[in-house]
Amino acid sequence: MKVTVFVTPKKNVLDPQGAAVAHAMTSLGFKNLKSARMGKVIELEIDGVPGDEFNAAVDRICEDLLSNPVIEDYRWTLDEAGR
Amino acid sequence: MTVSHKLPPNPDPVLNVEITPALVEKHGILPEEYEKIVAGLGREPTLTELGIFSVMWSEHCSYKNSRPLLKGFPTEKARDDQPYGKVLVKAGEENAGVIDIGEGWGICFKIESHNHPSAVEPFEGAATGVGGIIRDIFTMGARPVLLTNSLRFGDLRSATVRRLFRGVVGGIAHYGNCMGIPTVGGDVYFDPCYEGNPLVNALCLGVLRHDQIKRGAASGVGNPVFYVGASTGRDGLGGASFASRELTEESQADRPAVQKGDPFMEKLLMEACLEMMDVPGLVVGIQDMGAAGLTCSSCETAARGNAGIEIELDRVPQRETGMNSYEIMLSESQERMLVIVQKGREREIEAIFEKWDLHAEQVGEVTEGDRMVVKQHGVTVADIPAKLLTDEGPVYERESREPGYLSETRNWDPEHLGQPGEAALREALPRLLAVPSVASKRWIYQQYDHMVMANTVVEPGSDAAVVRLPLGRSEKYVAIANDCNGRYCYLNPYRGGLIAMVECLRNLACSGAVPLAMTDNLNFGNPYKPEVFYTMKESVRGLAEACRAFDVPVVGGNVSLYNENQKGAVDPTPVVSVAGLIEDPNHITRGFCRAAGERLILLGGLPDELGGSTYLELCHGLKTGDAPRVDLEAEKRLHEFVRGRIRDGRVAAAHDLAEGGLLVALAEMLFGEVTLGAEITLREVPDGARLDALLYGESQGRVILAVDADVEREVVDAAHAAGVPAATVGTVRDKPELSVTCAGRAGPWTWSVVELRSAWERAIPEAMRLPGLPE
Amino acid sequence: MKAAVIQFPGSNCDRDAVHAFDDVLGHPARLVWHKETSLGDAELVVLPGGFSFGDYLRCGAIARFSPIMAAVSEFARRGGVVIGICNGFQILCEAGLLPGALIRNECLEFRCRTVVLRVEDAGPCFNRGDLGDTLRIPVAHGEGNYRIDGDGLAALRRNGQILFRYASGGSAGDPARENPNGSIDDIAGIRNEQGNIFGMMPHPERAVESFHPSRDGIPVLKAVLRTAQDAARVKV
Repeated sequence: MKVTVFVTPKKNVLDPQGAAVAHAMTSLGFKNLKSARMGKVIELEIDGVPGDEFNAAVDRICEDLLSNPVIEDYRWTLDEAGR
Repeated sequence: MTVSHKLPPNPDPVLNVEITPALVEKHGILPEEYEKIVAGLGREPTLTELGIFSVMWSEHCSYKNSRPLLKGFPTEKARDDQPYGKVLVKAGEENAGVIDIGEGWGICFKIESHNHPSAVEPFEGAATGVGGIIRDIFTMGARPVLLTNSLRFGDLRSATVRRLFRGVVGGIAHYGNCMGIPTVGGDVYFDPCYEGNPLVNALCLGVLRHDQIKRGAASGVGNPVFYVGASTGRDGLGGASFASRELTEESQADRPAVQKGDPFMEKLLMEACLEMMDVPGLVVGIQDMGAAGLTCSSCETAARGNAGIEIELDRVPQRETGMNSYEIMLSESQERMLVIVQKGREREIEAIFEKWDLHAEQVGEVTEGDRMVVKQHGVTVADIPAKLLTDEGPVYERESREPGYLSETRNWDPEHLGQPGEAALREALPRLLAVPSVASKRWIYQQYDHMVMANTVVEPGSDAAVVRLPLGRSEKYVAIANDCNGRYCYLNPYRGGLIAMVECLRNLACSGAVPLAMTDNLNFGNPYKPEVFYTMKESVRGLAEACRAFDVPVVGGNVSLYNENQKGAVDPTPVVSVAGLIEDPNHITRGFCRAAGERLILLGGLPDELGGSTYLELCHGLKTGDAPRVDLEAEKRLHEFVRGRIRDGRVAAAHDLAEGGLLVALAEMLFGEVTLGAEITLREVPDGARLDALLYGESQGRVILAVDADVEREVVDAAHAAGVPAATVGTVRDKPELSVTCAGRAGPWTWSVVELRSAWERAIPEAMRLPGLPE
Repeated sequence: MKAAVIQFPGSNCDRDAVHAFDDVLGHPARLVWHKETSLGDAELVVLPGGFSFGDYLRCGAIARFSPIMAAVSEFARRGGVVIGICNGFQILCEAGLLPGALIRNECLEFRCRTVVLRVEDAGPCFNRGDLGDTLRIPVAHGEGNYRIDGDGLAALRRNGQILFRYASGGSAGDPARENPNGSIDDIAGIRNEQGNIFGMMPHPERAVESFHPSRDGIPVLKAVLRTAQDAARVKV
């Protein structure tokens, strides 16, 4: 199964890269920008069947490795068709 | 002529095509070169073989258009007058030259360009350039201890130039910092001629014991050939031939031809290779896979070892599926090495690479005969005499013609300018200090980890960087400087070559070092243009003459041609780097005054030339005149004198006159840890002498010493005795104010040194903050 | 004191740390490969600077899973002294052995320069009495921007866990007196509440010899050694 994990800086954590992107967009004349946050996307291919156990395993790896809960949030989506 | 049988069809049907003249041309191979291939093989080449020839006979690998010129360089010391300095591995013999520094130790260093990849993708292009030169050094068995670079960009007022500049510096920082090798110096110039075709030359220097020197030769029939490091992908296909073409609009679409670097992988590869090479007798030969990857490493090791080599592509670690022989042989994936191991000891190398979690696959063996044979799925896909690819490639003596503009610029007369007013002369100094080529380079070097390894003694920003060599019980220091003013080379390629070399040597003398050897990176335009070839020929003649005069051998380097943009060739830019040795740490000298009361002594006489100066370009918009004169004998006396006084402990600071001239050099000496001032009086200025040439001209062979007041007389007298013109020009003051008087002629002019320093420090950061790009 | 300097793949200040402890300060130090599972007879653990695992994913994120880290955690749990320098600091934060996290420098660029640190009163050995008011020590990092939430910061202050702050707001334009990375509250180094785990972005091992920008790293490393000596005495 294809799992896509999105890791983003927590709302109240400074995001220097996002700030730079926002600055660049504004200086390029993109006036309606309210904010830009920059994170990362991790694509995983995992063998398994959907269900609580599978979800718990993905959550665990997100918390232990893929994100740092001190500064980052994560969410993930499952794409069974990508099997 | 060898008569060979036709090869069987390639396992990939795509490659079984007829070799048409159009296909040959697409590979950058001339019709007469193709005939040579057919004659050498005794048959038509396969497409895979054509690809192999195209990279091996490209300028990047074969030096076909520059080899005759390079023969003019001395590759050994002529005199045996020092307990060190002998060339142990000469230029062209191996990946990099090695020079004895005494007590059983040697240094190994080389510079290499990555101009075209950096033009297309500045971050990755520059990063992989650094990665490549580091591999060249540790391949020799040396542990890299420092990096420097020579960079050239267009005008920073252009947003595109700023993007390239930011990307290149970021890429160099990324790779060097991650490797844990300090980037300690270099030189950077900005000139519109480099717009669209920046120059990115990276240098690495390593240390090794004489008994650790490794060769890139395949010997011992039956010895296994190992592939170690990263997997092969379709990266940078044809990069070596790419580097040998002019950049055009289309090459913007060539993006896949730029490799992506992985410094983490290279760090592991370096540690594993150094560990492996430390095992006595394990490694027979080793070569990195840089440009032309597997092709270059296998045929060059075979040719050097007077042996054959057979490679089975099925065993090559591959990152992508379905790669055919053409793609694998021409891939420029980074961070890979070819190692020939003593037969029967395969397990030892495998164990070392397992520890570092790296591939070590046996991909072939050393064979009898002289051929490089490549197989895939059991089918021979290439079978070529190795030396046909390396030693027997084409060599050309290109046509040379003096460019038309030279007769005009050479005869330019400064009298056209009229005499400058005193106010104009005063205003010029802060403006000159803010010219990006002159200004502080902190914006660059604060992005480089220049202190890792904890051996950096003189940080970037002085005349030369100085690094303590990690030699166990012996204590030695290496000083290194890079130099080349392309404007001088444009105006007088021969003198420009001389100046690049003597300026570099002068920087070393000011740092207290004795020069050991030189490495050069010849950056020129299209050699098929006779005017371009003339500038290259003349520059090399200048470099070689200076090398012989100072008995400094050339131990290796690189040639980068086809550096052109839509407006034509870049200025001729033969970048020079000289490494020097300092044995006593007390002799390490910087370019900054230390305390009030120090006397400033100008050695070499008052400057009197304006041609090719930064001042002329900045204040008059002129890139003209003849390049400054060079007197090699006077330079030698000057350097010896400076080094001698440093050894006597008489010198607080030494700085040479370069871009911007006398006042810029004096001001720079006041920009140390504490900002100081100085009171300058220039005496005996001849009547009628141009004050702009005096204050801002770039005459060669000038050094300013700062000495304690009580030794001033002694130093000046000693200079006269040594035949070096010398005059005390002023005194260092605590109050950060620079005042200059030309006795009987003009002045005093005064400047706040704090303001001068601010102009000098803020120029590049402010240019980089211009709108249009994110900060 | 016997020091173990942990060598992760991509560590590059490991030898510098060994040199500083062993050759300069005369305390035997040895490299311990990250795949080892035991620290042997080490009395002090150093996590050196560098780019462990290429700094991929996040600085220190992968190194914390190296086999040796179980032994390091156990060593610390029993009161052993651990210091993380630069990348080592990042690893300790990722491993949860120190609070907070280190993110990209505010300027988005790597910064290498000597900075002035203000010494804070952070308990025995680490205080202005022992170390002086300020220290000049090099930094070299791309991700040294320390972040912690409000409660966490309050706790650091309350417990005197802040070792050093970047001396900011000095004479204008002096880069040595600027916060190089945007760190919250100008924090350059911290300790855990118990006082046996230390993390700092500046490199004391680059300020120990006469030709270095200063020799202010010596008192810092000696403070670590003294803390380790005290810890060893308590254990006996």
